[in-house]
Amino acid sequence: MKWQLRKPSVLPGFGLTLGFSLTYVTLLVLIPLGGLLLYTTKLSWNEFGAVILDPRVLASFKLSFGASLIAAVINLFFGLIVAWTLSRYNFFGKKIVDALVDLPFALPTAVAGIALAAIFASNGWIGALLEPLGIQIAYSRAGVVVALVFIGLPFVVRTVQPVIEEFEKEFEEASTSLGASWWQTFSRVILPSLMPALLTGFALSFARALGEYGSIIFISSNMPFVSEIVPLIIVTKLSQFDYVGATAVGTVMLLATFVILFLINAIQIYSREKSL
Amino acid sequence: MKSLKSNLFGIAIAVLALVAPFIHAADISLLNVSYDPTREFYKEYNQAFAKHWKELKGDNVTVRQSHGGSGSQARSVIDGLDADVVTLALAYDVDAIAQKAHAIDTNWQKRFTHNSAPYTSTIVFLVRKGNPKGIKDWDDLVKSDVKVITPNPKTSGGARWNHLAAWGYALEKYGSEDKAREFVTKIYANVPVLDSGARGATNTFVQRGLGDVLLAWENEAILSINELGRDKFEIIVPSVSILAEPSVSIVDKNVEKKGTKEVATAYLQYLYSKEGQRIAAKNYYRPTDPEIAKETAANFPKLKLFTIDAVFNGWGEAQKKHFADGGEFDKIFASIKR
Repeated sequence: MKWQLRKPSVLPGFGLTLGFSLTYVTLLVLIPLGGLLLYTTKLSWNEFGAVILDPRVLASFKLSFGASLIAAVINLFFGLIVAWTLSRYNFFGKKIVDALVDLPFALPTAVAGIALAAIFASNGWIGALLEPLGIQIAYSRAGVVVALVFIGLPFVVRTVQPVIEEFEKEFEEASTSLGASWWQTFSRVILPSLMPALLTGFALSFARALGEYGSIIFISSNMPFVSEIVPLIIVTKLSQFDYVGATAVGTVMLLATFVILFLINAIQIYSREKSL
Repeated sequence: MKSLKSNLFGIAIAVLALVAPFIHAADISLLNVSYDPTREFYKEYNQAFAKHWKELKGDNVTVRQSHGGSGSQARSVIDGLDADVVTLALAYDVDAIAQKAHAIDTNWQKRFTHNSAPYTSTIVFLVRKGNPKGIKDWDDLVKSDVKVITPNPKTSGGARWNHLAAWGYALEKYGSEDKAREFVTKIYANVPVLDSGARGATNTFVQRGLGDVLLAWENEAILSINELGRDKFEIIVPSVSILAEPSVSIVDKNVEKKGTKEVATAYLQYLYSKEGQRIAAKNYYRPTDPEIAKETAANFPKLKLFTIDAVFNGWGEAQKKHFADGGEFDKIFASIKR
């Protein structure tokens, strides 16, 4: 990596667009987030610690990060399969399936949550089948994961799909003609070049899951210490007019998310350079 | 030129004279920020008030309604939602607007009769048809095979009344705070889902089929039965419950800015009129007007009601002791920690 301001292209307008981008990002992202941080400084370190280390808040951090991670991993795996199917094969109704993938993007998340809760509740279609087996999805932690998988799916598919589509078949053919097995071709040739896109999809799906609120509150039982997600803790604190406490939790969430996304980006850059 | 000018002037006068009566009939818009289960009631009441105001002053009043959890509605007003009046689930939420945003006079409770609570309600039980678990009174809620649906008292005003009703019952029956805490803890141990608002809890119980008993506002319970059929649910009235006094106030800061103080005050005052009281009763709120109360007595079962002032020394103290961070509710959940 070269850490310098260099003209990335012979096209003119670099200075103008860079200036615009920086201003735009500052106005839209940095200033509101800066306000959040500033609001938190109303608390002393002790008070801040008391808010964050409260067992109920800690339990919600565990759930939010844990469930989001599980959901992102599930999405990574199945999203890859869906993206692969959609870009490599032709079948009847492919266009419809392709369009369906985007649905979680557009659907209001509350609608998704209510629909999922209705289906997975013990009197719902799937819930009624699962209940005799002793499996409870709605109103449990599992329900949280299910909702997060639902909303996160398109992020993986849509980031990976174009990369697979552009991937040149010649590489696979060359690999096969050189005597590689199917698995070797996949793990040594295809996967490394998909890695950056997969990581981006994973990161997006994970980040989206962390911030999700609308669908979760309908399918989770929202019990303290058990199934309360961090955004619910924040909303609860706001309902109690505890603005400072809410911002403190929000700040921790922000910093943790930033660190995680930063790490994923770093890994992604590393793997891209390695695969080149 | 001159003649044209005077002509124009004449025309302007003529136009003004024509339009004047219409200008006089001003269109006034009020925003009533309320809590979840008042939706149907205010829909009907707003029409009645618009008619009343039209007859009285000749102006057209349209009242917009906003509904949600009582606490979050109060927060919206604190954050600047330009409500002319608030009609919330409990006095504490109005107090919060008065204290945090200084948008309401702190003396608000004295401005209308009955502590600014024009109608009252109480907490009853909604059970499934035939009452399969045989739920009769609060004591049945602590049985280990009974699942109880109640919202989260941190976010729902109704849930706070539920919590305090149970606590007040146990306090009277078993005689000590410790016993009351133990009793309420047992109830919460039977709660499988904590929704954030009263409507959400009703939906969980009714649509998702979760739980054996729903702790609900009396009006919300009757409404569910009427809408969903008497063949599915029935109401159980416990021996003792709390007298819930939903509070109303004008939002001084906003009505002064918008110049709607007179009509906003009249809007709330009209809630106390015979017609307002009758509409409240029709929507299953208990009227405070003795005459209307007598008239509609058949709709409201008699039960022993205690007030929050008598048992908990008012909302300020109840809120701090029970629902603030580290209060009784938090302690109870820390002890359940399943």
